[in-house]
Amino acid sequence: MKIAEIQIPGMLSRKEADLRTAFLNSVHLIPGGDKIKACIQCGTCTGSCPLSYLMDITPRELVALFRAGDIDSIIKSRTIWVCASCYSCQTRCPQSIKVTDIIYTLKRMAMNRKVYPKKFPVHSLSDSFIKSMNAFGRLNEPRLMVYYFIKTGIWKGFSFLPLALRLMKKGRLELTAPKIKDINGFRKIIKKAQEFDMPLEIAARAYREEAVGYKAVG
Amino acid sequence: MKYSYYPGCSLHSVHKGYDISCRSVLNCLGCELKELEDWNCCGATIYMSIKRTTSLAIATRNLAIAEKEGLDVVTPCSSCYTILNKAHKYVKNSEELLDKVNACLSEVGLEYNCTVRVRHPLDVLINDIGLEIVKLHLKKPLNGLKIANYYGCQIVRPDKGFDDRENPRSMENLFETIGAEEVYFPNKLRCCGGMLMTTYEDAALKLSEEILDSAEENGADCIATTCPLCQMNLEAYQQKINKKFGTNHHIPILFFTQILGVALGLKEEELGLEKNFYRCEKLDEIYKGSLVNESL
Repeated sequence: MKIAEIQIPGMLSRKEADLRTAFLNSVHLIPGGDKIKACIQCGTCTGSCPLSYLMDITPRELVALFRAGDIDSIIKSRTIWVCASCYSCQTRCPQSIKVTDIIYTLKRMAMNRKVYPKKFPVHSLSDSFIKSMNAFGRLNEPRLMVYYFIKTGIWKGFSFLPLALRLMKKGRLELTAPKIKDINGFRKIIKKAQEFDMPLEIAARAYREEAVGYKAVG
Repeated sequence: MKYSYYPGCSLHSVHKGYDISCRSVLNCLGCELKELEDWNCCGATIYMSIKRTTSLAIATRNLAIAEKEGLDVVTPCSSCYTILNKAHKYVKNSEELLDKVNACLSEVGLEYNCTVRVRHPLDVLINDIGLEIVKLHLKKPLNGLKIANYYGCQIVRPDKGFDDRENPRSMENLFETIGAEEVYFPNKLRCCGGMLMTTYEDAALKLSEEILDSAEENGADCIATTCPLCQMNLEAYQQKINKKFGTNHHIPILFFTQILGVALGLKEEELGLEKNFYRCEKLDEIYKGSLVNESL
């Protein structure tokens, strides 16, 4: 957020207010998600995180930034992409804040706004995974990796070949993709569900902040 | 005891050994597993972190099918275990989400009423079958085998499941019953890097290296794991780890069902042991040894 945009202390820019609405509306669907307002900034999350040393914003700072009204910076950080979903932060938080689930929410918001990290293509793997799964109903690892390397650079795929060969020798590589019987029904479910997964800021306007009990200013 | 069995995608391909051994062990101990009819991928962490309603709807499709059977769902994959449990919890907790999910499921005539329990085989072994019964079926005690019990993340966290979240003891108790020894292993709950092994390899290699290092330093003959992805990261990337860190790790990574299966006197092909990259010599010796409990 640019300094020039801030006029009155506590006043959020329009963009930030939109982000906040989207964020709060999403967080209230997490069981216990509203606990985020109870953060005591103790840093247990950061201390428990095996990857915090690689993050530009630590998990503790992430909650602090949300409270300071700067979700924009969080979305642009590499933190949300470095998270390996080990849930250590969430398990140990003395205030029961759902840190990992909140990071998922932020990841979804970043994906919706096409804000991606530099250097490590987590979103490409996600896209490949979803593509592979939506097509067959089950996941086929070789196919997932092929999709992934088409997106991120074929040359990288060559470094995986020795491993693929070792797996194949042990009979652990299934080259034909398994398909579920009711694939048409499965696709119907996905098509319907995708209507609900519209970009959050569009779908969210109906709710506003009361469900979380945390007032969005601006 | 009868259960719906949800193997998950990776157990049908890269981790056939886990699938085979899990079925064999549970059958041997008197459980009947019925594979869930036309199950689909649970969506894993990836789908969950990107699209919420869609991921919940496809995970719940499995639960809705299982609900018709009226049985507990057993799933050996840690990720499936967490995701299915999480999906259940989310829709149970929020009417809004349940309505959305049921609106999607009604497209194919399914409905979910939040009554299914999702279980892990380790939970079933300890709490349904019981260690007394396991002891009765013991044929080859694992005397002298030192195991590093590696739980990983997803079966103990985020929610309190069947064991403690900071110091689970299920595997230790199980292996003690069948004669094995546990080693001091402070990294038993530390993350292996998960899917970062594909997207951010440097970060994941370091995490996995710490786990291998801790197990070997404490004199483990093998690492026992419950999670397919951990097994993959720790086993298949060992060469890469050695190259990157100049180490010399050479430690077999076995599924806990494979180790238990040997103690129950099951055959190698019933446990998929030949599918692992590294053989555990001590376990092989026990495997070749004679049965102590011929009567069973």
